[in-house]
Amino acid sequence: MTDINGIFPAVVIAIPLFASALILATGRHENIREGVTITAAVAMLGAVLVMLPGVLAGNRYTLTLLPMVPGSDFALKVDAFGMVFALVAASLFLLNSFYAIGYMRSLQEHAQTRFFFCLAVAIAAAIGIAFSANLLTLFIFYEILTIITYPLVVHVETPEAMKAGRKYLAYLLTGGIFLLSAVILTYILTGTTDFVAGGFLAGSGSHLTLQILFILFMVGFVKAAWMPAHGWLPAAMVAPTPVSAFLHAVAVVTAGVFGIVRIAGWVFGMDLMAMLGLGTLLAVIASFTIIVASLFALAEDNLKRRLAYSTVSQLSYILLGVSMLSIAGMTGAMAHIPIHAFLKITLFFVAGAVIVSAGKESISEMKGIGRKMPVTAIMFALAAIGICGLPPLSGIISKIYLALGAVEGGVPILLLVIIVSAVLNAAYFFPVIYTMFFEIPDDAGTLQSVSEPPLTMLVPIVLTAAVSVLIFFFPSMPFMDLIEIAIAEITHQVLP
Amino acid sequence: MTLADQLPVLLIAISILASLLILATGWYDRRFCYPIALITILSQFLASIVILLQVLDGGTIRYYLGNWSPPLGIELVIDSFNGFILVAILLLAAATIIYARRSVEKEITPEKIVSFYVLFQLLVTGLVGMTITGDLFNLYVFLEISSIAAYTLIASSRRSHSYVAGFNYLILGSIAAGFILLGIGNLYVTTGTLNMAELAAMLPASYHLATVHSAFLFLIIGFSIKVAFFPLHLWLPDAYTESPSAVTVLISTVMAKVSVYALFRILFTVFTTAYIIDSFPVTGFILLMATVAIIAGAVLAIAQEDLKRMLAYSSISQIGYIMFALGVTNEIALEGGILHILGHAVMKGCLFMVAGVIIYRMGTSRLSDMKGLSKTMPISCAAFALAGASMIGIPPTIGFMSKYYLVLGAFEAGLWPYAVVLLIGSLLAAIYIWRFIEIAYFGDPHGGHGGDHHGHATEREAPLSMLAPMVGLALLCLIFGIFVEVLMQAVAPAALLLLGGA
Amino acid sequence: MIESFFELFLSRYNYWMAIILMLIGLYALIAKQNLVKKIIGLNIFQTAIYLFYISFAEVRGGTAPIYTAEGVHALYVNPLPHVLILTAIVVGVSVTAVALSLIVRIYEEYGVLDEDELMQAVRGR
Repeated sequence: MTDINGIFPAVVIAIPLFASALILATGRHENIREGVTITAAVAMLGAVLVMLPGVLAGNRYTLTLLPMVPGSDFALKVDAFGMVFALVAASLFLLNSFYAIGYMRSLQEHAQTRFFFCLAVAIAAAIGIAFSANLLTLFIFYEILTIITYPLVVHVETPEAMKAGRKYLAYLLTGGIFLLSAVILTYILTGTTDFVAGGFLAGSGSHLTLQILFILFMVGFVKAAWMPAHGWLPAAMVAPTPVSAFLHAVAVVTAGVFGIVRIAGWVFGMDLMAMLGLGTLLAVIASFTIIVASLFALAEDNLKRRLAYSTVSQLSYILLGVSMLSIAGMTGAMAHIPIHAFLKITLFFVAGAVIVSAGKESISEMKGIGRKMPVTAIMFALAAIGICGLPPLSGIISKIYLALGAVEGGVPILLLVIIVSAVLNAAYFFPVIYTMFFEIPDDAGTLQSVSEPPLTMLVPIVLTAAVSVLIFFFPSMPFMDLIEIAIAEITHQVLP
Repeated sequence: MTLADQLPVLLIAISILASLLILATGWYDRRFCYPIALITILSQFLASIVILLQVLDGGTIRYYLGNWSPPLGIELVIDSFNGFILVAILLLAAATIIYARRSVEKEITPEKIVSFYVLFQLLVTGLVGMTITGDLFNLYVFLEISSIAAYTLIASSRRSHSYVAGFNYLILGSIAAGFILLGIGNLYVTTGTLNMAELAAMLPASYHLATVHSAFLFLIIGFSIKVAFFPLHLWLPDAYTESPSAVTVLISTVMAKVSVYALFRILFTVFTTAYIIDSFPVTGFILLMATVAIIAGAVLAIAQEDLKRMLAYSSISQIGYIMFALGVTNEIALEGGILHILGHAVMKGCLFMVAGVIIYRMGTSRLSDMKGLSKTMPISCAAFALAGASMIGIPPTIGFMSKYYLVLGAFEAGLWPYAVVLLIGSLLAAIYIWRFIEIAYFGDPHGGHGGDHHGHATEREAPLSMLAPMVGLALLCLIFGIFVEVLMQAVAPAALLLLGGA
Repeated sequence: MIESFFELFLSRYNYWMAIILMLIGLYALIAKQNLVKKIIGLNIFQTAIYLFYISFAEVRGGTAPIYTAEGVHALYVNPLPHVLILTAIVVGVSVTAVALSLIVRIYEEYGVLDEDELMQAVRGR
């Protein structure tokens, strides 16, 4: 494994930042502005793909940008796990950009320049999180992401949106304070915050100190929306759907769980976590979230809020996988990041398509809509099947690994949690599919003018669903390969 | 004997001469005032950078006035600590003088403009003198020069409340100066010298004397009033709110920082850490009051309806951060405190400049009148957002860097609860900064105005001479944060110096 | 007991007088309502400090600090505090001048010289 030093990691982050400035400049010329977004998204994806072969071969790209505080530089490192997140973020950003253009134009939303500007900076921050080489750099990009997604959340500027925005900020900024405390405490204990495969905290403090440190990290990563600190996520559904899709699949929540997996594998290490009993703590929180969030989802009539609770539940699958402290469990956790991303974004894309084409947000009003928007609704059905964990979609892959991990880690009760939640997933998704296809609308006239959404929205929907199918058939390329390398990295340290 | 050797005294001499020149030429034609002030302050700024580089290369500069060596003569001492402060304050003074021109035209009556610039230059003189002097009584003299100039400048606004604000500040400032004079007298009685370096050498023999204790207390209380350290801050909100905008920028950044510098100087260089930690332990109490200041200032700021008053209470909170560094008294925390001296000056300068720009265009500083401001004044609001983000402590701005060092220092000293309070202070800062951001970016401009068409007609972006320094300072918040390593080259030796190192 | 108290007072009567004057000045500054009386109090406070300085400059049996026949070996009063106080007096006068001119302007604006009434008038505006 060699470390390649070069400016490539910084280039990937610089592209959307540069584009954001251009977006501000070309704000008045809408087509040029949209062109900037798309070009930047393509360029960014290309830059990430260029580094992919190197990472697959076991290399890592590093770059130290600036010395900052003693012991922590502002540094980037592209390793296998970071590449997973970066690939998800870059590819979905491209598709989301097309989708967003179609959505914003169809609804003739206001303040589009601010919208695309914030999206560009946000993706830069997300990639920055993926490529962070140490905790401090991660924290910096984390906070930038919080701030820059606020204007996106309150975009519609209604009083309800402002309230939701304040809730969003309150949760995330408070989490940021806890994260900062955790970073500083780590530095005090060990004198460094660099990520080391297998963890570097062992032996640096008493058990109680390290347990408290872990709790500080958990509260810091409130973006992972574990209960009971999940309240910001359903509230943030007032945002336009491309924002919700972005928040819930591409950037914000993925950054949260990414952070927790990073902490488990590269700061604490699985051995240390087993010793501290943190697996049990994490398993309890995750199980609670999975079950209770699914129950909340059952009660929601607003489609986007139902999907929000589904996201809360699905994210804790990742935490559950980490808590098993076994190789299969970790693999399942890491795999669920891209798998869930592609599936969830499909679902959100469909929800947005329904808003654009039919103006409907509540499930009860979507009766029979499947007949008017067949392609869209079929994509929804596919993605829903994927989330439930049925073939031929990718969801089953992560579920199998999680199940294996539960057995391997000696916690068969978590197997029960997975099965129960799978049943609950079906319970809150299948009725939606039924309503869409098989129910008769109350007033036939309301659905008269409904048809498929514009192509710029429809194509991304089909593509994300297609990728989910592809992952099932070709899991190795490239996600499972990358995850294998990452797991080898962190378990390598465990063996003497 | 090159020009470079004479720079320290030239800094002060040129400034005094300039103020006299402004008075003379202004009497002849009012338009000469501004260029003279501008050139003087800019050259002072350049000179300060040269001096700082000299200090970082060659060590402390000691300049004997009139070639009389101490303790008979007065010396000017520039080491890494006050070299850094000197550059910081002259940077802000330069930004303010560029900003001041248009602001002054609007807010000061034409007959007073000459006097305004004279006093402005005198204020800068006094503050620069305070920073570089090595003699305690000289410090008092320059303190009074700057204070008198400040009393008058604060009272020079068109608003009638400014007279009362200036008067109240005069009363409290004079009490403070009286205490400082008493403290200096007590020190002189004990040691027979007024030179700071000599005092540091001669005082340890007398640490047990009640005279020294009382001198210490008088000096601390006096400077705490000038610094507006909670609860001796009562003059600050009125003074900052009612004074003309350019004056607010100057006193909130330069004057406040020099007062803090003087306090640090007295505590660390004259009474060394041996005194303040071992013989007369006050650092614990200072730490406690600093944390109270942080919270109280922030809470009071949240409750305000006027933008300038909110920023004034925010200043009280931020001064608490710098005093926090003093309370923790270890190397890392002091580095954070010194960094915050520069950082807060830049941040607060930018924020008050935005407030001044809003007053310039709209004639009001009430928050409720600023709804939807971002549509008519986008650059100003963006500058506020950036400086505000630095205030909250969002990376990678300078505000985050200084807070990081402060928290790190507190953790290292084992003072966990205080570090937590400091972090809570950041959250509170987020609340009051966010009030403005919400109102400016997401408020409805037509909701509050009703039939007030006067407001709409004058809402344009600020003129360039006010916009440029404001945007420059906002960008500096970001640049200083990213390139903090460069700053640390000056700050790290300064912190070591304060703690008694090389 | 009483002798030691008297002795304490008499041996350091200069410091005692300075302190008492200072406190009188501070009292006037804080407690008096009339603005001009506050300034008078400030002056008393400052004068007390001057007296404090000058009093400790005194050397028993010393002459004026001028160059006499004995040269540098003469016993002379310490001139430095006197010099310092000259400066301080000038500062004090300037502050008083500024304060009084502010009072004149306050009176022109609000028509009152009483602190309480002034606060009411300011709030009323």
